[in-house]
Amino acid sequence: MIAFGQFLEVLVSGLLAGVLYSLVALGFVLIFKASGVFNFAQGAMVLLAGLALVRSLDFMVAKGLPFWAAIIIALLFAALIMAITAWLVERFVLGPLINQDGLTLFMSTIGVTFMIEGGAQMLFGSDVYPLRLFPSDAWFLFESSFPGGILVSKIDVWGGMIAAVLVVGLALFFQKTKTGRALRAVADDHAAAQSVGISLNWIWFIVWLVAGLVALVAATVWGTKLGVQFSITFLALKALPVLIIGGFTSVPGAIVGGLIIGAGEKIAEAYLGPFIGGGIEYWFAYVLALVVLMARPQGLFGERIIERI
Amino acid sequence: MFYRETGQFKSSYAADMAIFPIRQDRIALWVVLAAAFVAVPLLDFFQVWPFGGEYILRAILIPFLILSLAAIGLNILTGYCGQLSLGSGAFMAIGAYSTYKFCTGVHIPLELFTISIPPLPVLPSILLGALMSAFVGILFGIPSLRIKGLYLAVATLAAQFFFDWVFIRVKWFTNYTSSGSVAAPDLVFFGFTVTTPIHRYLLCLVFVSIFALLAKNLVRGNIGRQWMATRDMDIAAELMGIRPLYAKLSAFALSSFVMGVAGALWAFVYLGAWEPLAFNIDRSFQILFMVIIGGLGSILGSFLGAAFILVLPILLDQVPHALGVPVSVETVSLLVFVVTGALICWLLIVEPRGFARLWSTGKEKLRLWPYPY
Repeated sequence: MIAFGQFLEVLVSGLLAGVLYSLVALGFVLIFKASGVFNFAQGAMVLLAGLALVRSLDFMVAKGLPFWAAIIIALLFAALIMAITAWLVERFVLGPLINQDGLTLFMSTIGVTFMIEGGAQMLFGSDVYPLRLFPSDAWFLFESSFPGGILVSKIDVWGGMIAAVLVVGLALFFQKTKTGRALRAVADDHAAAQSVGISLNWIWFIVWLVAGLVALVAATVWGTKLGVQFSITFLALKALPVLIIGGFTSVPGAIVGGLIIGAGEKIAEAYLGPFIGGGIEYWFAYVLALVVLMARPQGLFGERIIERI
Repeated sequence: MFYRETGQFKSSYAADMAIFPIRQDRIALWVVLAAAFVAVPLLDFFQVWPFGGEYILRAILIPFLILSLAAIGLNILTGYCGQLSLGSGAFMAIGAYSTYKFCTGVHIPLELFTISIPPLPVLPSILLGALMSAFVGILFGIPSLRIKGLYLAVATLAAQFFFDWVFIRVKWFTNYTSSGSVAAPDLVFFGFTVTTPIHRYLLCLVFVSIFALLAKNLVRGNIGRQWMATRDMDIAAELMGIRPLYAKLSAFALSSFVMGVAGALWAFVYLGAWEPLAFNIDRSFQILFMVIIGGLGSILGSFLGAAFILVLPILLDQVPHALGVPVSVETVSLLVFVVTGALICWLLIVEPRGFARLWSTGKEKLRLWPYPY
């Protein structure tokens, strides 16, 4: 039973790590759905949100505020920063680029990535900042059934719960609120949405704001796990294969894709790694995405209307 | 007024089909070539400003030439054939490492027989290395038959990350050096050893000139038109009898070949000793930026884009010094990030087709000047 216990442990840790990929992928999906922009800057936004959060938190704790108050103020501050970013991006980059083709918009978000990465580190510093929002120790489960039990780190579980809450919240927002319905209308057809009086600029601001808040949530979890640092932006690249597997336009797809990637790469690392040299986590997700692309180009949950050749 | 083709009659078919049918273009080209082949070595020989020391050659001109070559390679694929690729770094790396392996001898013991190639001279090694790159390019181009756009970009990312890993982990490629970094052997071409910066510069210049000429001719010939037709509308191209399989895979192959040559030059001529990090994802993005900023579907644009992306950080580095503002090195590097990003956005807003389009607008203005119409 040792082997099975190990397998379960790898699987669980992989699934929970996958939740973190999903959190980043969610931001991509939101913006892609509503504006057709493939937002490369999502990773940089996670970095910006994380830096804003951790720096303001440290500042206020140093000033002697109680921890809970500092957390609330820091979260609000980071949210404000994300709102300002969303406004700036909409106003100065995407607004003037209305009606350009997808490649140009994609390139412009790479430009935005550079600006956010540089700007965030200039404003908030470029070291590794530890963030302590969630407990970072681990639980041992099923110690009776498996020798040694299954090690599950608490931060991963917190991440999973937060992701669940976030998805439910987003689903409610999209289904029940007026703004959410307007977002869906814009996603369906820009021109039709405009003709019934929905302001595109306002909607795009909202979308970038929501994506920014999702980035903030992702930053709290990633930051607790790894510390807030520049390499977070590289982890965000992992969200791309998640999107391929889940489909660019599907919120549940982002979650399921993240779980598949997370579990897949941990299992591959544990069972294939010893044979072909470690570190296959580095590329496994992309190759998996490549295989999925060959078999099912629209992803598991994507809409079938993607351009086929 | 300055750029009028009035009076330049074409009296033969060959003249009509010339690469540069307009006399002013031909003169400009010869001037640039003369400057590159004659003036730069002369200036360097006499150490005229700004060629004092080797800085200009080493830090600007050599990387500019090599990255222009890589940009031409990517432009064939992305600009002419319309297949977005984020894996340029990987193809450069394959070129570099295969060249290295061919230079130092290949030895693969198999079950039945042993593949053993003695160490080859540098030039055939570079060409063989580029062929390897072309082969892998075809392999990773196969998904392009089913998917396109951003989906394809992610597929090429797979190539990027996979080969990053391969060259770090598979020690065979680095001849089992303990540090994982590789030193290029001596650059011997036809019995002549290239060592000084000016010789390295001329070597790169020869390569770049040849490949730029080849690329320019390719894209205006049969195959280039097939690429462009596929790019503009794949279904219509297919109906006209263009085989998408052939058009796309040939673009992948040729583009990877050129990028492989660029990678080999980058490793052998510019770096000398290198690690896999030299060809990571940042390099891919850098080259993609060059192509987009310079202008998709333009050979001239590849050069302009390479110059812009390469020189911009160097200039930005100098500005605070020149103004006498005391800024820390770290702030400057971050500032370079911000300004590069902002300039990219600004250029995309002002001229989404890049510098090449600005250049052709400029030519139009020159033709009419001083009259507005």
